[in-house]
Amino acid sequence: MKTREIIKTLQLEVLTGQETLDTEVTGGYTSDLLSDVIANSKEGNLWITLQIHQNIVAVAKLKDLAGIIIINNRKPDKDTLEKAAAENIAVMISKEMAFEVSGKLYELIGSQD
Amino acid sequence: MKKSDEHVLSQQFEIKGGDFSNAGKTSTSIKEILQEIGIDTSIIIRAAIAAYEAEMNVVMYAQRATFTLNITPEKLCFKVEDEGQGIDNLDMAMQEGFSTATDEMREMGFGAGMGLPNIKRNADRFKIFSTPGKGTSLDLTFFLNQDE
Ligand SMILES: Nc1ncnc2c1ncn2[C@@H]1O[C@H](COP(=O)(O)OP(=O)(O)OP(=O)(O)O)[C@@H](O)[C@H]1O
Ligand SMILES: [Mg+2]
Repeated sequence: MKTREIIKTLQLEVLTGQETLDTEVTGGYTSDLLSDVIANSKEGNLWITLQIHQNIVAVAKLKDLAGIIIINNRKPDKDTLEKAAAENIAVMISKEMAFEVSGKLYELIGSQD
Repeated sequence: MKKSDEHVLSQQFEIKGGDFSNAGKTSTSIKEILQEIGIDTSIIIRAAIAAYEAEMNVVMYAQRATFTLNITPEKLCFKVEDEGQGIDNLDMAMQEGFSTATDEMREMGFGAGMGLPNIKRNADRFKIFSTPGKGTSLDLTFFLNQDE
């Protein structure tokens, strides 16, 4: 399933990376610890997190993630959005909490490993 | 990019301590180089994890570092030599969960104490040296031929 379809079902607000939304999503990874995400997320995963600072962009880029879903309607920092736009990384916002977002994503695509 | 002969590639990167706005640049550049020269994807993934964690440790705990990338037909080597506070107790630092990260760093999602263990897990060879008060250096090797 493509990021685009997930955005629709989960009612996400897309802030950056519009050109990447046809990426095939391979699963999700929910964590706020960067070392955990670097070690354990997989290419094509959507990363669900409350982190909003600029360093999340490098993590998503390094692991070729499909994008970052920021939970609980948190607003990413300005430099996060600038970096994400420059690196073409999709940053999306959900109004819901990590549990709901993860559950809905899992229902949609399961863990496709 | 400097190619000293046909089979060897060597490049150096400077990392500045405390510079969170450029953090991740060195590891991203290294990953791109590895992709360009066609290194096996599974090795790139392991090397990128190690490079990122090594880079972040410099950003968080050191003043500056030189990150040297060396590639031969057999192996990929990272040498990360920093000037900084060094590590008092290496055994402790290598333990999963041990961290001296500040509250501010933890709020950003750093300081899980997973960096060094992750580096060790992902490299085929791992060496760390540290002199408290002077600095730390990491020596990592990834073999390019699977059967090694
Ligand atoms: N280059 C370094 N210079 C000085 N101290 C270091 C260096 N690298 C690691 N350390 C020390 O070793 C500890 C453990 O490092 P490690 O990378 O495993 O975890 P962390 O950086 O604290 O957290 P994480 O990597 O999960 O964000 C650090 O908290 C720090 O005290
Ligand atoms: Mg670390």
